[in-house]
Order: sequence, then C-alpha cells, then structure tokens
Amino acid sequence: MHIKISRFVGIFLFIVWGHAPLGWSQYGDAIVTASIGDASTLIPILASDSSSAEICGLIYNGLIKYDKNLNLEGELAESWEIKDGGLVIIFHLRKGVRWHDGEPFTARDVEFTYLKLIDPNVKTPYSGDFERVKSLEVLDEHTVKVTYKEPFSPGLSSWGMGIMPKHLLENEDLSSTKYARDPVGTGPYRFKEWKTGEKIVLVSNPDYYEGRPFINRYIYRIIPDQATTFLELQTQGVDQIGLTPLQYSRQTDTPFFRKYYRKYKYPSFGYAYMGLNLRDAKFSDARVRLALDYAIDKDEIITGVLLGLGRVSTGPFPPESWACNKDIKPVPYDPVKAKELLREAGWEDRDGDGILDKDGQKFKFTIMTNQGNDPRKTASEIIQRRLRDIGIEAEVRIIEWATFLSEFIDKGKFEAVIMGWSLSRDPDCYDIWHSSKTRPGEFNFVGYNNAEVDKLLLEGRREYGQEKRREIYNRINKLIFDDHPYIFLYVPDALPIVHERFKGIEPAPAGIGYNFIKWYVPKREQRYTRW
Amino acid sequence: MVNYIARRLIGILPVLIGITLITFFVIHLSPGKPTRLQAEMSPKISLEAREKLDKLYGLDKPVHIQYWEWVRRLARFDLGKSFVDDRPVSQKIGERLPVTIAINVLSLALIFLAAVPIGITSAVKEGTAYDRISTVFVFIGFAMPTFWLALLLMNLFGVHLGWLPISGIKSIDFEDYNLLEKFMDLARHLALPVFVSAFVGLAGISRYMRTSMLEVLNKDFIRTARAKGLPENIVIYKHALKNALLPIVTIIGLSIPGLIGGSVIFESIYAIPGMGKLFYDSVMARDYPVIMGVLFIGAILTLIGNLVADVVYAYVDPRIRVSGR
Repeated sequence: MHIKISRFVGIFLFIVWGHAPLGWSQYGDAIVTASIGDASTLIPILASDSSSAEICGLIYNGLIKYDKNLNLEGELAESWEIKDGGLVIIFHLRKGVRWHDGEPFTARDVEFTYLKLIDPNVKTPYSGDFERVKSLEVLDEHTVKVTYKEPFSPGLSSWGMGIMPKHLLENEDLSSTKYARDPVGTGPYRFKEWKTGEKIVLVSNPDYYEGRPFINRYIYRIIPDQATTFLELQTQGVDQIGLTPLQYSRQTDTPFFRKYYRKYKYPSFGYAYMGLNLRDAKFSDARVRLALDYAIDKDEIITGVLLGLGRVSTGPFPPESWACNKDIKPVPYDPVKAKELLREAGWEDRDGDGILDKDGQKFKFTIMTNQGNDPRKTASEIIQRRLRDIGIEAEVRIIEWATFLSEFIDKGKFEAVIMGWSLSRDPDCYDIWHSSKTRPGEFNFVGYNNAEVDKLLLEGRREYGQEKRREIYNRINKLIFDDHPYIFLYVPDALPIVHERFKGIEPAPAGIGYNFIKWYVPKREQRYTRW
Repeated sequence: MVNYIARRLIGILPVLIGITLITFFVIHLSPGKPTRLQAEMSPKISLEAREKLDKLYGLDKPVHIQYWEWVRRLARFDLGKSFVDDRPVSQKIGERLPVTIAINVLSLALIFLAAVPIGITSAVKEGTAYDRISTVFVFIGFAMPTFWLALLLMNLFGVHLGWLPISGIKSIDFEDYNLLEKFMDLARHLALPVFVSAFVGLAGISRYMRTSMLEVLNKDFIRTARAKGLPENIVIYKHALKNALLPIVTIIGLSIPGLIGGSVIFESIYAIPGMGKLFYDSVMARDYPVIMGVLFIGAILTLIGNLVADVVYAYVDPRIRVSGR
C-alpha cells in the first residue's frame, strides 16, 4: 500500500514537473536577455527606441493588442464597439485590474493618457494618430467613448499604446518625472531596478489580470558588442538573443548549442528595398525600373546576405500580413529581358565602352546606404555587380546614419538608396506612399505618385471591415509592385535563440514573444533561484 | 608661487571660453538633428510631431542663441538636460564616472608599477637581450588592437577555462552577496578590462622612463657618484632615479583628463557603462547637451592637469622655479 502511494505520487510529480506548468512548482527562475542599447525612458508615450518600447511592453498594457495570429484582441479593454460607420469607438474596460501600486485601473487613466498624447508640451513622437480624435469621453468608470473627426481604422491599433496611471503622473512633467525610471503600470512585470548602461530588472506581477507570469525575473542586460553577446551565450550567461544569419546557420551549429539552446525562425515584420528617386530622369521611366528589377537577382542577395534566411519581398506588406497579396510573383532574374527593356527605353551602348548611354549620357548612378548595416552594404555590392553585367555603372556610397537622413534622404539628394522598413501590424502605409507625403523629412522620399493608390490609401483608412480592407490593400500591393518605385529585395527572418530550459514557447505568426508570461522553467532546471 | 598659480588660473578662462565656443559650433555643424534620430525613421512618427519636438527642445532657435543659453545655464553650474532621456547631464556623467575612474586609476597604477621598473632596467642594461625583449614586448601591447586582444582573452578565460566572467561589472545576483563575495565578484569582472587597458598603455611610460633614465645616467654627477665609489645600486636608485622621475611627474599630470575618458571600443566589448560609451552614444544621437558636458569637463581637467603638472614640476625641481619667476 505504501509503495503504491509513493508510486502514485511519483507519477503525479512526473506529470506536474515534466509536462505542463500546473502547480506552483513551475514558478521561478529568471530570463536574461541581451540588448545592444539601453532604454532611454519607461514612459510609454515617450519611448521611441526599441529598447524602451520592449521594456514598456512588459510593464504597461494597452487597451488592445495583437494576438498570436496578428488579429486585434482586447487587453485592458475587454471588448469594443465600432459605431457610426467608424466615427465612434466605445471601449469596455476590464474590471478589477490594478496598478502595480494597488490602485484600481479606470477609464480616467485612459483619458489621462490620451490628454497627454495630444498635449503640445509633452515630448511624445506619437501624437499623429491621436490628433485625429475629436473627443474622448468617459461614460463611466469602465467605459470610454472615442469620437474621430472622420473614420480612421488604423486608429484602433493605436490604442495599443501603454496606458499610464493618472493618480501618479497627473502632476508630473512626464519627461523628467521619477516614474520615467521607476515606472508603475498594469502589465505582467513590475519594475525593480535600472542600472544605466548595465541592466534593467523586472519582477513578475503576482496580481496580473491574466495570472502571475511563471518566470520570476526578467533581466535585460545591455551588451553593446555582438561578439561579446555571443561569447556570453557560449557560457550560458544570457538566455535569449536575436541571432545574425551567420550565427544562426554556422556558429550555433555545434553540439553545445544543440544541447543547451533552441533556435527559432520566422519572417520578421519588415523588408529591405532599393528605393529609386522618381524625380530623377533616369528612373521616371517605368520600363527602366522594371529592367532593374529583372537585372537584380533577389535570391542571390538572400543567399549572399542572409545565408538563405529570408524570402523575396513582393511589396510593402510582409508575407505574414493579411494585407499581403499572395498572387504577386517576384520578378525573376533575367538580364536579357532587362537589356531589352532598357533598349526600348532608349538605353543602348552606342560608343562601345560597355556602359549604356542615351542622349550622350551614360547610365551611371550612386547607390547609398547607411553605415553600420552590413547586410545593406553587401546587398549594394551584389546589386552593383549585377548592374555592371547589363551595362549600368553603379557606385556604392556608405554614409553615417544621421548625415544620411538629413543631408540626402530629407533633401531628396539621392539616386538610389538601400534601406528597410519595419512595419506596424496595421497595413496602413499612407505616410510612405501617399503623394502628399513628399515634403522634406516625410517618408515618401522617393516621390511616389499614383492617383489610384492615393485614393485607395484613404479608403483603407476609412474602412473597418477586415475583408474589405484586405481587398483594398491587396490592390495597393499590386499597384505599387507594378509601378516599381522600389526594387523590393527581401524580408529577413527573425532568428531568436532561447535557452532550452524555457518551456511553453509556441512559435506563431506573431513570433515567440506573444505568450511570454506562459513560458516556464521546470523546477529542477531552474538556474537563478537566489533572490 | 601663489602669484604664479593665480595668473595661470586666470589665463585658463579665455582658453575655456574658446574651447566651448568652437566645440559648440562644430557639433552643431555636423548634419542631423537629435529629434530626427530619436524617431528612428518610424513611419508612425509624423513630421509635425518631430517639428513639435524641435520646438520643445529649443532646436528651432539660431545656434548663437542656443550657445548663449548654454553659457547662461553653465554660469549657474547647470549643464542642461539630455535630449535623449531628459535627465540632467551632470547626473548622466556622474553615474558613469566611478567605474571609468576606477578602471583608469587601477590600470594607470598597474602601468606605473610595471613600466617604471621595465624602463629602469632596460636603461641600465641598454643594448642587452633584456632591453630588446622588453622593447618588443611593450610594443606588442602598443600595436595590438584592443578589441582583438580583449576578445581573445575573453574567449580563453571566459569560455575555454571558465575562470572569469565574460562581460559586465557585476554578476546578476550581486546584491545578495556578502561583502567578501562582492569584492571578489568585482575583482573577477575587472581583471580582464584592467589588464588589457594596462597592457596597451605600457609602451608609452616604459619608453619615457627608459629615455629619461639613459639621459641621467650619462650626466656628470652620476660619474662623480660612481667615482667616489658608491655601490651601483645606490647610484641608480638614489641618484639617477630621483632625477629620471621628473618627466614622469609631468606625464602623471597630463594623465588626469585621461582618467575620466574611456574608450568606446573597449567599453562596448566588456559591456562596461563608462564615459567612452556615453560620449559615443551622445555623438551618434546628436545629444548636444551631453556632448558639451563631457567636452567641457574634459577641457577643464586638461587645463587643470597641465597646471598641476607645471606646479608639481616646479616644486620638485628648483631650477624651474627660479627661471619661472
């Protein structure tokens, strides 16, 4: 009898420890991640760099968020209603949510966050989307009514902005408040300490509305050097980082890494492109732009730059997005076709020097890209070589980022640039493609102008139904791709690596981080138990 | 002497104004605005929002007005606030100084401890195999790229032998350690950075020491000392060394501004939050107040270091004092 019981207990413990995070026993441990840069502020509406945004994402909640399949779902808002053809959004807030200091979360906090976002004296870069709001009314403690000046569907996702506590920040200057370095939110992790340039430590919030996260501590170490980070990985000093393609395919392909780490791979939410200055006489001819697309071997770039860890980009939406038009096929590598098109456009090698010319002008241009981004530099060199094959002489110029933006991009003083966009989950890309967004410092710096795209971009912003929006954005995708204002190059893969003791990771279209609070380490594998 | 110091101190002021004026205009000449970089080219951040930021940071005003406002703040000992995180510049510099100074003092001490004996012995044994080998050794350190040596040592001691931590200055559980554990933890973390920065700095001081020692050894009074039959040890360590150390005093004075300076490459590799990284990041982000703050403190320390060197030199060498009057 005695033996039977202990065997039963043994089986029970096996189930608890070996499989699912059922009992209290799976709580504990810490995850150490490494970042190249430190955060700058932990006030969500001021956080513009990726480190600050990452930490804010764990401390604060928005009203809504994207789920693992990239659909919007409620976070602090339990549900929402869209009324009057999209003019009004009513958010029904979750009840019983508490700030980390114990105060209840209410509609007043949402109102406060909104008022700060549109306050001209607050140094927030995110005011744009919120200035389209006509009014925000608090209907009761848990209901907020937002009225827009005109229907603005991307506005819905802008409510993913972290909501700030009114009771603490009401009389504070957000830029210099102590809460910028000692934040209080509603999120799954509470702030513990921040040693500038060294680390940020968060601890799990036992009171979290979705349940206490299993991992007790989140340690964000700042390691500015990639080589160092990798050495730390080799001594298991960090648990999670994003790998470079070379690290992913070669350097981590060892028995040590196979034993102690798990690697993941999924398309990132961004793309690299070669943008052509459409005001330049050479590139104003659509045939020339198409010819360049034929002349550039995108697969070769993906092999050479990403070691195959990416895919060809087919327009302004990443392949995981519902806005992406799946019928579009990339333009194949075909130098013969490219030359034909160029001849049609009047470019021929008349003087026999191997370089195409037209009206006495040689086909020469400069490809610029920013310093410090090796994939872009390598891509430029591969493109340079392929263009030479068809008789175009391209020069590559690498420029420091700040100078690159202010002297060349903003002033429109470039012929071709290699750059990339990281995109938000909502497909609205009005700022990048609308013909009105071409002033210095705006994002349509190539000078793209297509009346139908302009019209559709506006329509896409007015429409809330996803099916209707899918049609609109699929069409935008097709139109832009056929116009070739950019030569769309590649969508790189995100390549995270995580220590194997972390269980419960389920890759999905949104990546791996979406269910971070469900990650756990079985008790006997926990490494950091002293706290 | 007091008169001399006072005159020198007054002389510092116009130099300081000149330095700040030139640096302020030069950094504003470099293209790119802090507000543009903050936004990291995100399509979510509109041009209007950025223009609003320019205004809030006072960047829409002419440069000379901005300089005047900077000087006015400085007169109240206020270095302004960083554009990146709105924290006072003095605080940002203050939190980075201790670790930078600690590493620099330790490595400077190590350099002197090693370089002075190396310099003396290779001067005494001039032309011997010892002299040549030590010369080659210190020049290897001088010529070797810091980052390369650092990475090799990290790989050896951190990954292969597992004796020392790879990077950072403290372990994750540092706060829970007792005093002895804390001390050991810091020592283990600082061992490699201090060694590397000392090794690469060895050449300069040891060569100075050697040259200056050689010069003194050829002087008449050394011949006199030897002639009156003093043991060689006393000749070298009492008579020659005292005089040969004079130029080294100057070098110590000139090292004072170096104590707050760090190397960005070195600090990046060891993940040490020091001054070099702060300055580099500020330049890349066009964070004017921080750039100016670091340069201003550096300028003051350089000028004071020069003054201290001169004064100490005058104090230990009566010949200078006489001609200085």
